[in-house]
Amino acid sequence: MSQFLYLYRMTAAARQEAMGTPERAQQSMQRWMKWMSDLEAKGHLKDRGQPLERTGKVVREQQAVTDGPYTEAKDLVGGYTIVEARDIDQAVELSYGCPILAGGGSVEVRPVMKMDF
Amino acid sequence: MELSEHLFRREAGRLVASLTRIFGVHNLLLAEDVVQDAFCRALEVWKVRGVPDNPSAWLMAVAKHRALDVVRRERTARTFAPELARVLESEWSLASAIDEAFTSSVIRDEQLRMMFSCCHPRLPEDAQIALVLNTLCGFGASEISRAFLTSRAAMEKRIARGKKVLANAQRLFDLSDAEFGARLSAVQRALYLLFNEGYHSGSAESTVREELCDEAIRLTMLLLDAPLTAQPDTYALAALMFLHAARLPTRLDADGDLNPLLEQDRSRWDGWLVEEGLNLLDRSARGTVVSAYHLEAAIAAAHATAHGIETTNWREIVHLYDRLMDVAPSPVVALNRAIAIGQADGPGPGLEALRSIADADRLRHYPFYPAALGELEFRRGQFDAAREQFASAATLARNPAERRFLERRWRECRVP
Repeated sequence: MSQFLYLYRMTAAARQEAMGTPERAQQSMQRWMKWMSDLEAKGHLKDRGQPLERTGKVVREQQAVTDGPYTEAKDLVGGYTIVEARDIDQAVELSYGCPILAGGGSVEVRPVMKMDF
Repeated sequence: MELSEHLFRREAGRLVASLTRIFGVHNLLLAEDVVQDAFCRALEVWKVRGVPDNPSAWLMAVAKHRALDVVRRERTARTFAPELARVLESEWSLASAIDEAFTSSVIRDEQLRMMFSCCHPRLPEDAQIALVLNTLCGFGASEISRAFLTSRAAMEKRIARGKKVLANAQRLFDLSDAEFGARLSAVQRALYLLFNEGYHSGSAESTVREELCDEAIRLTMLLLDAPLTAQPDTYALAALMFLHAARLPTRLDADGDLNPLLEQDRSRWDGWLVEEGLNLLDRSARGTVVSAYHLEAAIAAAHATAHGIETTNWREIVHLYDRLMDVAPSPVVALNRAIAIGQADGPGPGLEALRSIADADRLRHYPFYPAALGELEFRRGQFDAAREQFASAATLARNPAERRFLERRWRECRVP
């Protein structure tokens, strides 16, 4: 089994759509919980991960610190999870059920580098 | 931890009420933004960490925190609730003022004030109901429009207009206001109509309809929770809702078609609701005024406590309808009275009562007027006349469920 990072990306508009009314917020919540608990039940959930605040700082050379990421940026990373899967194909397949996709967001799937040298 | 049903919707109404207490009703949209923001945070955090043990308290803590932020950031640029202007200004009292706005008694009182404010005399009744559903029950415009068969755009407009009236009022209705009595009647009426919409409309999906009935009952119970609003007619209104709600499980048959009272399986009526309804009706018997709600509840009680159509006390029901015609005359009440006469005295007198309804003209688009004529013609063996009535009733049907029901009755009109 290998480990993969899921990065959840979402536009502000998609977030608005998913959260538009309390009832829709509830449905989004239920879909997320179900998806997570399915991953867990099948033994794919390595680390639930953490949610991220929407803004922070971006640091560049010579301590050039700016506010960011910019709120107008199209896809903001909203959080991450680490899953275990056979290979990247399976990791991709497992992400198909992620509720963020239905709301126009995306899941970036990145293999965690193996240090077996 | 599982999410309880409609958690977000329920919390939305409570949180908006508390936040409006702090921000003032002219900042209603700001209050709604803060609630929306709390829900976004909940979604982000709960999906990875799971639902907390007390999700309501969690949401409330986030909302308080945001309210504190907003007031600190904007208190020089914006005016908040005029009643709290001084305490919000000072860091000494700000945090405790916000805590106070989220105590359970304040949440209840603010919900009541919001309900009274939504039923503003300048708003037509349908706008009042839409506003109540939006601000107190957490329904979005699209959800409300589905229940009321209007477009989402029209509903958004209706709600926005209502919110403008709320904002112009500057502050929420004060229950010690001289207008209290009149406004309480408007609130009761709006909740009555909300319940009816849920109970009678055969149009919207059945889950939506049950939610409307649930919300009407929940808000009526909120009125009963406060001494000032727990008037005898409020008890009667609650009784009426409970006694009708008891019959909800049998109003539609297995195919989702309308199931008339005569054919309902009474063993499936909700016994707990009947009992609670009768208790509420008992408690409504105070004072000297017999309201329309009292009479309608008494009629519902007569049905709910009878074991069958034959053992129903139709004489008593006719008598109650007579009194209802005195208190709140309407062609629909007269129609129901005539049907009861048909049961008590036979189809002949029933038909006569139907034909002598004073302003029957106002029933000309109402499918259950010809349908009632059809039922009584059928019962006295006039099958051709009955068929004709059901045919014209079916052309007036307002939704597919009504049409299927009336067409079925039309087909059944032949010599048995």
